[in-house]
Amino acid sequence: MKSHVIVFPGSNCDRDVAVAIEKISGSAPEMIWHKNTSIEHSDLIIVPGGFSYGDYLRCGAIASTSPIMHEVVQKAKAGVPVIGICNGFQILIETSLLDGALIRNNSLSFICRDIHIKAENSTSIFTKNNIIAKMPIAHNEGNYFASTETLKKIKDHDQIAFRYCDEHGVVNEQANPNGSMENIAGILNDTKNVLGLMPHPERAIEINLGGDDGKHIFESVLN
Amino acid sequence: MLAKIHITLKKDVLDPQGKVIANSLTDLGFGGIQSVRQGKYIEIILDGDDKNAATVKLNKMCEKLLANLVIEDYSVEIN
Repeated sequence: MKSHVIVFPGSNCDRDVAVAIEKISGSAPEMIWHKNTSIEHSDLIIVPGGFSYGDYLRCGAIASTSPIMHEVVQKAKAGVPVIGICNGFQILIETSLLDGALIRNNSLSFICRDIHIKAENSTSIFTKNNIIAKMPIAHNEGNYFASTETLKKIKDHDQIAFRYCDEHGVVNEQANPNGSMENIAGILNDTKNVLGLMPHPERAIEINLGGDDGKHIFESVLN
Repeated sequence: MLAKIHITLKKDVLDPQGKVIANSLTDLGFGGIQSVRQGKYIEIILDGDDKNAATVKLNKMCEKLLANLVIEDYSVEIN
């Protein structure tokens, strides 16, 4: 299992992701600086969370033009599994690997707390462990938006990976932390090898540190 | 040449910041506000004086980086 974690100026979850991958797969990922232009054989690429380029212009917009992202897009199109977490999700959206947009939370507040998500698609490599999971979110722009046509397309193609829900798995407005359309917390591309999600599974891999539900997502794709 | 670019959220995209600004203005006693939409304003100074070529270039800049066309509209003005 060879995995890679992309590091941008302002990434701050890259090491957490590396710890999670090593704990679950037994081998440490290679960290790739954003100025690199190529990635050797990879079984999994992770674009981690943080505040790449200080969120200038739009979250993820500048990072999406970094040299390494051209290679990530090529690898994703060739079928390599790619996960974008939080700011990584915003970056993947800005590259157009994933549909829609992530706009300001409807509360206008940065939200940092545990939420629950429910896997909506048990056929993808990331969601084989059909779960209801507790993990943290920590974002200001996680409010998923898509046009009516795009929303229909992602629903018709079974591209919704996770929805925000309550602890029993009930998807309702009270469980929606940021105003995302249809409680969407994570989506897939149409070939289901690219996942973007706002919650942080890498921050939920230790019972002693608040819970380990996040490991299900990594186990699904790594094992 | 000075190019002025306005970027605004599309009409069907919720603008919570605009709503809060509208509420605050109303609280300050400014009546008659129907709605407020907040956007970005960018100035770019370009070489040359060919306005048509500059317009083509600026539109490409907006489409590739400056605006996210999923949620934003833009307009370009050259002085």
